[in-house]
Amino acid sequence: MQQIINFLIRYKIFLLYLFLLLISCIFTFQSHSYHQSKFLNSSNYITGSIYTFSDNITSYFGLREENEKLVEENKRLRDKLFNNLVLSPSLIDSTSVNYEVIRGRVINNSYADQRNYITINKGESDSIVQDMGVITDKGILGIVENTSDNFSTVQSILSDKSNINAKIKNSNHFGSLVWENTTDYNVVQLIDIPRLVPLTIGDTIVTGAMSSIFPENIPIGTIKRFDLDNSKSFYFIDVELFNDMTNIGTIYIIKNLNRKEVLELEAETEAND
Amino acid sequence: MINNTSFLLVLRFILLVLLQVLVFNKLNFFGYINPLVYILYLYWYPIKQNRTTFIILCFFLGLCVDIFSDTLAINAAATVTIAYLRPTIMHFVFGVNYEFQSFKLNNSTKAQQFTFLALLIIIHHLVYFTLEIFSFSNSLLILQKTIIVGIATLILGMLFSTLFSSKKE
Repeated sequence: MQQIINFLIRYKIFLLYLFLLLISCIFTFQSHSYHQSKFLNSSNYITGSIYTFSDNITSYFGLREENEKLVEENKRLRDKLFNNLVLSPSLIDSTSVNYEVIRGRVINNSYADQRNYITINKGESDSIVQDMGVITDKGILGIVENTSDNFSTVQSILSDKSNINAKIKNSNHFGSLVWENTTDYNVVQLIDIPRLVPLTIGDTIVTGAMSSIFPENIPIGTIKRFDLDNSKSFYFIDVELFNDMTNIGTIYIIKNLNRKEVLELEAETEAND
Repeated sequence: MINNTSFLLVLRFILLVLLQVLVFNKLNFFGYINPLVYILYLYWYPIKQNRTTFIILCFFLGLCVDIFSDTLAINAAATVTIAYLRPTIMHFVFGVNYEFQSFKLNNSTKAQQFTFLALLIIIHHLVYFTLEIFSFSNSLLILQKTIIVGIATLILGMLFSTLFSSKKE
């Protein structure tokens, strides 16, 4: 007994170090599986407030650019409106609405890590919950991961955990959008597209219909380069993003009103297997 | 005097965390170089202090940076490692000198200060990027990031330590 106590006293610094290292490793690895740690994320009150404060100052420098973007988007929407590509408002009733859009702002953005997260200024009080899709006017951005009352963190598509259903525009060949070359923040990879699909450099990639998070046909990027993967039966496609991931201001959060129904149905089907 | 020192330590803690998350995390020089300047806290921390407090303090320093930058607990793990190894590194760099009461960082030579900071940075960055990338197939990437980001941190660290050295006694 005496010896054990002596041992503990002599090595107390080392034991303390091991203990703290273990704690950090547990925090780090438990969330490698799927979700970010519940406690260690920047959606909490203090970090959110500090980032809002800093964003309030820095956002002034990009106001003109931000305006240009919004006018550009308005122009695109007006083009569609005048060409009758969308339904007239009288035809839209509440029963046919599947998606609801909430606007927000990025208050902290990262793109240089292996798993990048974006902090936004909308949270539970704006009815944001986990697994909502986040897009910008140009294309997809990520999926909501953690929420607090007024802030949320978004898992960026620039994350080695990210996996999003995507397809080639105007076809139904779909694959998974991942980020494998984790040093280039303008390029993501599309995998699992069969080799019989005709591809051309410059083809547009959009989100697929298999996801209950994003609506179909949200733009992602264009094909930059493609090659067969090791199995020689699927393509490995480099997709250049439409979004400039280094410069993101206004964002839209998409709420799928049918998501719950879809998930319940899928769970039921799996249970019956 | 004790209150004065602890006040300085707390102030430095807060300022370094804010400097790291509001300025240096957004630098993204060449796309991925974000110097981790908050390590300077360990460089400036007084030598004659309780080691237990020091390690716990460093753990929370890393954790604070982690919470802001959504990096799980990678910074905490790396910081606690150099906090534990700091006496060993100091012994290696300054010899037995540093155990004397009169020893001060400012009294040592520039080369010693440089080596001390460089060793802290190399170990910290190696642990940090190993945990972040976490795959041995990418060990070249780990080394590349450690060296390049390490050099950036070292340059900024030397600049900061020269800038503020006269004020710190």
